[in-house]
Amino acid sequence: MENLEQLVQDGLTAVEKADSLQALDQIRVEYLGKKGAITQQAKTLGKLSAEERPAAGQKINEAKGQVEQAINAKRSELEHIAIEQKLAGESIDVSLPGRGQDLGGLHPVTRTLQRIEEFFSRAGYTVEKGPEIEDDYHNFEALNIPSHHPARAMHDTFYFNPGTLLRTHTSPVQIRTMEAAKPPFRMICPGRVYRCDSDMTHTPMFHQIEGLLVEKNVSFADLKSTVEEFLRVFFERDLQVRFRPSYFPFTEPSAEVDIEWGREADGSVKWLEIMGCGMVHPKVFGYCGIDAEEYRGFAFGMGAERLAMLRYGVNDLRMFFENDLRFLRQFR
Amino acid sequence: MKFSEQWLREWVNPKINSQELMDQITMAGLEVDGFEPVAGKFQGIVVGEVQSVEPHPDADKLRVCQVNDGTQVVQVVCGAPNVRDGLKVPFAVVGAVLPGDFKIRKAKLRGQPSEGMLCSESELGLSDSHEGLMELPAEAPVGAALTEYLNLNDVAIDVDLTPNRSDCLSIKGIAREVGVLNSLVPEAPSIDPVEAVHSEVPDIRVDAPEGCPRYLGRILRNVNLQVETPLWMQEKLRRSGVRSIDPAVDVTNYVMLEQGQPMHAFDRDEISTGIVVRLAKPAERLVLLDGQEVELTDQTLVIADHEKPIAIAGIMGGEHSGVSVKTRDLVLESAYFEPIALAGKARHYGLHTDASHRFERGVDYELARDAMERAAKLLMDIVGGEPGEIVEVSSTEHLPKEYTIDLRSGRLADVLGLDIDRTTVEEILTRLGLRVDKLLKNGWRILVPSFRPDISIEEDLIEEVGRIYGYNNLPVTEPTGSLGLRLNDEATRPLAAIQNYFVSHGYQEAITYSFVDPKVQAQVDPEREGIALANPISADLSVMRTSLWSGLLKTVAHNQNRQQSRIRLFETGLRFLQEDQRIDQQPMLAGVVVGSQTPENWVNGRRAADFFDVKGELEGLFSLLGIEIGFIGSRHPALHPGQTAELMRDGEHVGWLGTLHPQVQKNLELNGTILMFELSLNSIVTGYVPNFKEISKFPEVRRDLAIIVGEDVAFADVERVTRKHAGERLTALRAFDVYEGESLGEGNRSLALSLFWQHPERTLNEDEVHSLFNGVIDALKDELEATLRS
Repeated sequence: MENLEQLVQDGLTAVEKADSLQALDQIRVEYLGKKGAITQQAKTLGKLSAEERPAAGQKINEAKGQVEQAINAKRSELEHIAIEQKLAGESIDVSLPGRGQDLGGLHPVTRTLQRIEEFFSRAGYTVEKGPEIEDDYHNFEALNIPSHHPARAMHDTFYFNPGTLLRTHTSPVQIRTMEAAKPPFRMICPGRVYRCDSDMTHTPMFHQIEGLLVEKNVSFADLKSTVEEFLRVFFERDLQVRFRPSYFPFTEPSAEVDIEWGREADGSVKWLEIMGCGMVHPKVFGYCGIDAEEYRGFAFGMGAERLAMLRYGVNDLRMFFENDLRFLRQFR
Repeated sequence: MKFSEQWLREWVNPKINSQELMDQITMAGLEVDGFEPVAGKFQGIVVGEVQSVEPHPDADKLRVCQVNDGTQVVQVVCGAPNVRDGLKVPFAVVGAVLPGDFKIRKAKLRGQPSEGMLCSESELGLSDSHEGLMELPAEAPVGAALTEYLNLNDVAIDVDLTPNRSDCLSIKGIAREVGVLNSLVPEAPSIDPVEAVHSEVPDIRVDAPEGCPRYLGRILRNVNLQVETPLWMQEKLRRSGVRSIDPAVDVTNYVMLEQGQPMHAFDRDEISTGIVVRLAKPAERLVLLDGQEVELTDQTLVIADHEKPIAIAGIMGGEHSGVSVKTRDLVLESAYFEPIALAGKARHYGLHTDASHRFERGVDYELARDAMERAAKLLMDIVGGEPGEIVEVSSTEHLPKEYTIDLRSGRLADVLGLDIDRTTVEEILTRLGLRVDKLLKNGWRILVPSFRPDISIEEDLIEEVGRIYGYNNLPVTEPTGSLGLRLNDEATRPLAAIQNYFVSHGYQEAITYSFVDPKVQAQVDPEREGIALANPISADLSVMRTSLWSGLLKTVAHNQNRQQSRIRLFETGLRFLQEDQRIDQQPMLAGVVVGSQTPENWVNGRRAADFFDVKGELEGLFSLLGIEIGFIGSRHPALHPGQTAELMRDGEHVGWLGTLHPQVQKNLELNGTILMFELSLNSIVTGYVPNFKEISKFPEVRRDLAIIVGEDVAFADVERVTRKHAGERLTALRAFDVYEGESLGEGNRSLALSLFWQHPERTLNEDEVHSLFNGVIDALKDELEATLRS
């Protein structure tokens, strides 16, 4: 049995010296394989007496276990080294830029409209769309702007023929929506509008977003909260808002809304006109077949470009429609 | 409406400063657009008197004057043509400072000492007039400070009035508002009837009473129009932005500014026979005061004599009948013209006058007589003359009627969201001149005065109460009521989802004008004519787009001209098609791609985007939308004939994808291979709501196949035949290789396909699959003359 101890010693030494997984496997076969040196020892058991056999058998098993354990340990070690070597060869320069598509971006006007739509959608308003080539009736008449009305001069209108025009505001969408369904209504109508005017501060096309709420019991005080809340949420801060009496043919009472925008040289609040609003004019309800004694409504409207300019600090309106990539990319 | 603050304060003088006054009227709805001091900033200017004028010994255009400044007489060299003995003139003494911080020092001009400067209006910032020295009246006190003498501590306030507030187009109207806001009663100058001293009256006939329900005329004989308009009146006019012309015109303008009634003065000798107010006859012509000759239309209300028109009613007088320095007898006109009769007329003739501005918006129909008395009195004070009787021609039938409106206190509270106490409401209304005709159980019956034609319904009264009470003093409450939410249409994707898809695929959204250059449009959509605007802003924005490509390609050009080579843009919006008599406005989605497919990088450099890149992106979109779209080889006039696909959904055309035709590209001066697509949004936004199917537990079987077909056979044909014969258990079909090479023979290509089968309830057996696979191969051979590639 000294032979067995010697075998284990030899085996352990061989394992220790093994420098590759193949060499290690060779050793395993040599000692522990079917014909391996230690396995072969088991054959000597037959020569032993029945009393001696269990103890001798156990010794052989222990010897096997010892070598096997060493082999397993060595295997782990060699595998680890192999992985390390493989990984060492697979290093990359992680500072190189990634590849693939870069990101585009939404137009700042769309981005602005989407934020506004999101606010009003949460408050239960639907988003309505309508034609841009409109008829005189929906753009003017039904909004209480008859043909002789001086307010028509405020809308430099693009015409195709005397009865057909490019809408000068998104208000006709309100008319069309009210014509098509029954109150109550909560809607906003964003979209392109057109006026025949082009200079530093006017483009012949721009975007408006108007809102309308029609209920049995709604007041100017409700309009005030809606406008104030919207402006606070849009500009992400508490700002002073004031309502200034004004005139629109389709609302009565009417107001312009000014927001606090910095300070004048003398420290007083600098006010900036931001939107128009008012209570829906009973005549407009009349045109839409809604009983003005039963229902009341408020409406408001604003220019998307103006809001985008204030929000993002854009200083030239015309840039919105030049679509210069160097401009557009700033909004992604 | 521009007015002098001092003039207003003569009527009503609240104890607030200029800024407070302006804030106050702005917040009452009369928006102050701007203001400016009525004179430049200067000091040391006094009334000087020129005592003698001698020629300058060494300069033809200069004169050497002796000027009295009230304390001494100094020598001043002056070049103004109107300098003369005895002239009273603003005099900047040595040490004075003129606008622009210009200090006056002792000087020598061509050798002659000069101590001070005689000033023109423009040098004092009073006007733009460079017509020599400003001439002061002979009675101006020598040595008096000019600022005090002319009352120059004044501000000209410009109010941007909304079109409903015609009542505020006068000092009287603004004073009324300021009175209401400060609880003061304005003091108006008293207007007394001017007694006639002779019996001559104008002969007036009104043939168009619907347009002119009231016309007043009066003769003023023996006036002297050679006198100067008094300085106080000139100054008030100047501060209101009105130029002084002659005393007759100045007085009519003054009355208009003060009272709100536009007036006109005719030279009686130039009116043959009487005055007729009528509609113009076709082709009648008139030379206007501004010198332009117009051809009148038969809808134009004119003032005529018995032969010819002498003025366009309420807009502008004629040149011929206007007053001049020689005029001896005047005919004064004060009338009420109906806003509807005048609407748009001034604009039609390219005119916009102070008179037309007021008449179009509505002048107080009871004002004409007061204005006539006021004007006659002022004129007589200035130019003398003998007044005659006023002749009035009125048509009660056509004059506006006095009316009442009921204001219900409940409605007032409902609309404003606040129950304002009755006394406050009554006080607001009364001060505004809205008389309470009768107290009602639930409110008031209000008599609307003739100067407020804008008030016609209960809401107008509510607005008056609200605005004077102060919108900002009204409460703030949250709207209540049911939201009435609509069903959420899940199969239809919101536009934002499509926009975000393109953004995440490297596309930048553009917004281009809906009207485009017809020349560009003819290139991208030659078979359709865009709807033309009657009044475009310019030729290159004159027709409505029939395709979003026009604007996008123009954007490509703009950016290529600015060193941008990689451009990926998309846009959504309407296109406008004329279909017979109908205008079709379709929401579209379009895109253009040019330059490298990905940003230039270190792996695959700058491979240019090609058809299949963009097609793949569109296919991704269609998956997102849950729709199936076929790409069919086709032709489009703007696209490359061999690289054009028509996109179809269930047999319906939905759009195009292709490469811009090289000729069009050249014509539009664009660079690179440009890929473009345009789809009808309504045709693609609605897909389906997912419906769960049991996942098969049985294995999927794959078979690959490579065939050689003629190059005229499209993959779509191969796919169609394959699907037809592969049976209902086919789950997928993919092309994994396309090869063209000499070894295949001219005009051939090889396609390699994978077919996948799976049965939901059992394992497919080998024989079944084999038979289906062979069936496909046979069909491809039969129908497309395909051969198996070995």
